[in-house]
Formats: sequence, C-alpha cells, structure tokens
Amino acid sequence: MKRHLISAADLSRADALLILDTAEELAQLADRPIKKLPTLRGRTVVNLFYEDSTRTRISFEAAAKRLSADVINFSAKGSSVAKGESLKDTALTLEAMGADAVVIRHPASGAAHRLAGWVRGSVLNAGDGTHEHPTQALLDAFTIRRRLMGGRRGSALDGLRVTIVGDVLHSRVARSNVLLLSTLGAEVTLAAPPTLLPLAVGSWPCAVTYDLDSELPKSDVVMMLRVQQERMNAAFFPSVREYSRRYGLDTARMARLPDHAIVMHPGPMNRGVEIAAEVADSSRSTIVEQVANGVTTRMAVLYLLLGGTQFPAVTQ
Amino acid sequence: MIAGGSATTGAQATGPDRWLIRGVTVAGSGGRAGGTADILLSGGSIVAIETGLNHSGAHVLDADGLIALPGLVDLHTHLREPGREDAETVETGTAAAALGGYTAVHAMANTDPVADTAGVVEQVWRLGRAAGHCDVQPVGAVTAGLAGLRLAELGTMADSAARVRVFSDDGRCVADPLLMRRALEYVKAFDGVIAQHAQEPRLTEGAQLNEGEMSASLGLAGWPAVAEEAIIARDCLLAAHVGSALHICHVSTAGSAEIIRWAKSKGWPVTAEVTPHHLLLTDELASGYDPVFKVNPPLRTSADVLELRHALADGTIDCVATDHAPHPVEAKETEWSEAAFGMTGLETALRVVQEAMVDTGLLDWAGIADRMSVRPARIGRLAGHGIPLEAGVPANLTLYDPASPPAAVVPAGASKSRNTPFAGLELPGRVVATFLRGTPTVLDGKLA
Repeated sequence: MKRHLISAADLSRADALLILDTAEELAQLADRPIKKLPTLRGRTVVNLFYEDSTRTRISFEAAAKRLSADVINFSAKGSSVAKGESLKDTALTLEAMGADAVVIRHPASGAAHRLAGWVRGSVLNAGDGTHEHPTQALLDAFTIRRRLMGGRRGSALDGLRVTIVGDVLHSRVARSNVLLLSTLGAEVTLAAPPTLLPLAVGSWPCAVTYDLDSELPKSDVVMMLRVQQERMNAAFFPSVREYSRRYGLDTARMARLPDHAIVMHPGPMNRGVEIAAEVADSSRSTIVEQVANGVTTRMAVLYLLLGGTQFPAVTQ
Repeated sequence: MIAGGSATTGAQATGPDRWLIRGVTVAGSGGRAGGTADILLSGGSIVAIETGLNHSGAHVLDADGLIALPGLVDLHTHLREPGREDAETVETGTAAAALGGYTAVHAMANTDPVADTAGVVEQVWRLGRAAGHCDVQPVGAVTAGLAGLRLAELGTMADSAARVRVFSDDGRCVADPLLMRRALEYVKAFDGVIAQHAQEPRLTEGAQLNEGEMSASLGLAGWPAVAEEAIIARDCLLAAHVGSALHICHVSTAGSAEIIRWAKSKGWPVTAEVTPHHLLLTDELASGYDPVFKVNPPLRTSADVLELRHALADGTIDCVATDHAPHPVEAKETEWSEAAFGMTGLETALRVVQEAMVDTGLLDWAGIADRMSVRPARIGRLAGHGIPLEAGVPANLTLYDPASPPAAVVPAGASKSRNTPFAGLELPGRVVATFLRGTPTVLDGKLA
C-alpha cells in the first residue's frame, strides 16, 4: 500500500481486498461489549475539515478512537483558517504537532494531493472538491460484498453490475467508485443526463447511459447520488421535478430491479428528489448500513496506513 | 564565448562605442545562408556585415558557432508595475527580457491602476526607459478599468508619449460584441490593433483546466476549447466587417488555428500569437495539482500542441509571444483552484522555441527571426525593431548558441518570480548576448 490514500486509483486489487478483509475482521468488534483496540495507542490522527461534514468527520473520529489513537479535530470555522491561513501553513503546523495521519476534507479538488507534499504523515482524502472520496468507495464496496456475497473474505466483486445514477460531473463519490469498483471487477454503468456527465467520460473504465429505466433490470446495485442544491438552478436540467421524473428512484422504478438488488446512497439524501422516501426506507436500502460500515472500513484504512500489513487476530 | 584579452576588458566601463562580432551566422539574411560573417556595430547601428572585418579599437566578441538574430520582440509581457511590484517590476522584468534575448517588450495593461489612461502608459514607458534593459512599449486597455463596459481613452493613449498602438484587456475578454466592434472600428483612426484575449466568459465560469480527460479525472472545472474558438470566429468576422486589425493573443487550440487559417485565406486583417508553453506542454502536467502548470488559456492536449507548431511553421500563427506572467510564491503554493493563472517565460522562450520548432525541423533560424522579431514588431507597429540584420539598421540583436548542451532550467533568474513551468526540464541552447541600439544588455549570458 502507498503511504497516502488520496485516490481510489492508489489502490491495487490486492490493496483493496486487504482493506475489505481487514474491515471484515474489525466488524466483529462491533458486536463486542468493548469496541476498542489498543493498536494505534500513542499515535495522533488529525481531522482537518474545511467543509461541514458531520457524518464523515464523526465516522473518522470514531474509527481512530476505536483504535486508541489520539484525535485532534481541526475545523476551518474555529481556527486560524477562517482568518486566512494558507493550507501550507496549516500543514506545517500539523507537522510540527507530530500528526501521524491527517484526514482532510476540502472544497478544492487536489487539496489532499497538495497536503501530502507538505507533511510527513499519511494523508487520507476524506473528499476533495469534485475529485475523489476513496473511503466512501471502500465502504460502498464493503457494503456490496457483505450484502450480495456474504462478506466472503478474499472475494472481489467480479461480474457484479453496479449502476451509479445522477450528478457524476460534480461527484467525488462517483469518481472514486468507478475506479475502485472496476478495480474489484464490477461492471459499472453511469446513468445521468448528458449535462451531468464529464465530456471525457468515455475514457473511464465504465459504461454510460442516459436511460436509467433500461439499466434497472440488469442491475445488482443501484447507487443514487445526491443532487446538490447549487446545481438545481444552473441549467444542468430544466427543473427538479423533471430530474426526479427521469432519474429519481421511486417505487415503480425499484420494482423493475431484480429481487436481490440493493439500493445505496452516500447521504445526505434529498428525499423526493433523487430517491423516494419509500425506497430509502425499504429493505433493499443499505443506507444505514453504509454509515456503520464506514466506521469499520475507515478503521481498516487507518490501521493499514499507520499500523502494519496484517491484522492481529481479533478473535483471541 | 567572449574573447579574452584586451578587446573586451573594461567593456562595461567604457560603454557603448564599437563592437565587432566575429564569425557569426546571420539568421534571416537569405544571401548569406550557411556562411558566417562579422558584424560591426557603431553609433547604435549596424555599420557593416561582411566577412573578415577587422576594426581596431572595437570590443571584439568571438561569435564562433553563434547565430545572430534581430533582437527579439515580445508582444505580450506582464511587467506588473504599477501595483504588483512584489511579483515583478519594470526593472526586473526587462532584465529578464534581455537575458532571454529580447530588445523590446509590450507591457500588458492589467496593472493596478490599469493602463487605461495616458498617465499610466507614460509612467510605464518612462520606467522602461530608465531601466534600459530593453524597450518597453505599453499596451493600453480597451475598456476603462478592464471592466468591459465602455471604451478607455484609446486616442489619448495613442497620442501620448508612449505612442500606444496595441490595445488589449488581456486577462479578460472583450466579450460584448458591440463593444468589440466599436473598439476595432475606433482604432482605425490611428492604425491601432485590438489584441483579444479570446475567452467566452459564460462558457468558462470557474474554469480551471482544459476540458478533457484530465479535467474529468481530476475533478477540475473544464475550460473548453470552444470558449476560445467561438470568440475568435466572432472577432474574425467583426474584423472583416469593419476592416480593422485584430490580433489574437495566446492561441491555444487546434480549432483556433483552423479558424485563423480560414480567416487569413479570405485576406482578412487577422494576426495571432502562440506562447512557448503552449508549444511544449500539455494538460497532463496538471496530474499532481501543482499550480505552476495553471495558466490561462490552459495547457491543452498533445494534438493541440502539434497543430499549433504547424500553424506557427506555416505562418497561420504569426509569432511567438511569451505571456510572461510572474506571480509571488504564495500565489502558487496553494490549492489549484485558489492559485493564480500564469507562468513566467521571458528567460526561457527562445530555448523552448528551439526545442519545439527548430530541433523538430519545423522552422529554421530565419523562420525564428521572422516569428520572434520581425512579425511581432510589425504587429506592434514598433519602429526600430524587428528589422532583418543588415548595414544601416539599428543595432538590436541577439546572439544565441543553439549547440549549447541541453541544461536543466533553473528558476532563479532576473525575474522577481519563480513560477516557471520549465524548472528542471532540460532545454537546448543559450542566449549569449543581447544588444540594444549597439549597447550590450547581456554579455556571456549575464546582464551587462
């Protein structure tokens, strides 16, 4: 594994499987009365958040704490960042404080990449602009494997058909999932209006369609992307209602899915826009599981970046 | 390269009198192709170009293996003064220009305050005269404050001591078609030219990088080729309609070259420039998000680079212009989207062009003289520059060693800024000396 996790492209198939298998081991902890391991005792993990993202920050914080790391939360609003400190100066400050890992969420694409050039510790990209969000892709892959393959260790996602629906152009979740899921052997299809696909999407390792309905009966997984508020009035589509009519997952569309198929969403959802409430709350939905799996998967990533290559048996 | 002995000793002390440049290959003088000659400079002019000149009392510069070019002329330089003297001053920028072989630069108008009045253009012009490293020809803004709303006082700037002929809102596009039409028409009265920064603003809102595979995978907002090409097409039609001179700044796409070729085939009064970086670099360099590669218009694809080289070779694109855009360290040591657009270029331009155009066989040195001196001087209506080297013309010339072994570009030069995208890249060639009206501004690759 590389020292940093900035893009899902940083992960080989073996790396990705190691993370998923480690997460599977760690998941057993969740069922125990004491959920904490001493593995990262004395190590410092900094959560450097330049965007409001309670769910991702809490997920990383819980993951680090369950591995006994010291966690420092550094958010842009309550620090010198708001007064205009540069990312580089913040990086040097964290470096001086001896951060072993920096988890960064930032509105600018490439911020995690830049940070990695300025600190010695590991950098974990927790979402950079419209670029990538690799731990989201890992937790999604973990969730898919658990739901559809019984969490079988060592197994990849070969042949599974995953349809990712919505604003691919601005989605870091979509970019990371296309890369990771294809590395793991899944057949990924993007379904979106042409305005919400990158012009050069043809060079990505996935298929593309404008017609969601024709894709649904073939899908093992449907992953809905959030429609950001700021896109709604910027001519990407005529109206929210039309978007919802053509690309929203309602009960009628859900009925076209194979029986075993699951519905995913990285959250937070716009109920009634990209996903109907009945679908979000249905038994096919993995949305709550994704949150729980996020902690486990991030524990695995932190452990492997900071700790070692093999996990000490949890079961002893 | 400088001859030893008494001939050059004390050159700086005695000042500009007579120089004998011995055994140089003169570019751009067809009759002498292949042979070498001696050039005698005196009284600010070239007195003679002959073989076997022997003039006692002159400083002698042994130019064996060197090429003599008419002093380079840059149509597109950001000197940053007044306003951003932390990035560059007229003094440091023109020193960089001289080191790059330039004897004249056109100083762009996007200073602070904007060069949109006779007062500011005359200030820049005077600072250039005082610095003395090369001639500084100010460019005037097309619209007041570069705001794109109403014309600046173009005629007053034309009539000023700075004698402005090139007008540009560079950094911003004159996007309003009516205002662009009026500007083109108005400058006919004093033989002016409008230099357009072709960028359709609505198609490039928040744009960061060429729209293509790189922008898609990096998650950076795309800057589509069509945003440049649409404005060029429109402005070529406007120039033809009103019969006035249009110059296109920093052409960056294959499609733009095709449109300009078409406009020229109609005989329309359109000229164009390309930057050294667009002749060599591609958007793939952005993969590490290092903003030293962030520039406007953005680096494009290798297909664009190759087509731009061909368009420069066949004359569709008239000249090379640096778009030298210095920025302080902190403007680049940041996230990509926060970083300033622009790269320095004066000190490396000729070496880059050798790599891209000469060593590839697309242009010979006569062609380089034409594209980097003769044509830019003509487009800029600049007297005394861009004249093929011959007896009787002002002694503005550059001595260049094309055989100097490729050496890595070092960012530290005369420019105040270090944002060169070529740092560490091995480039051929070396500027050995630059003469401005008979006075050396650069000798042995150093400021004289």
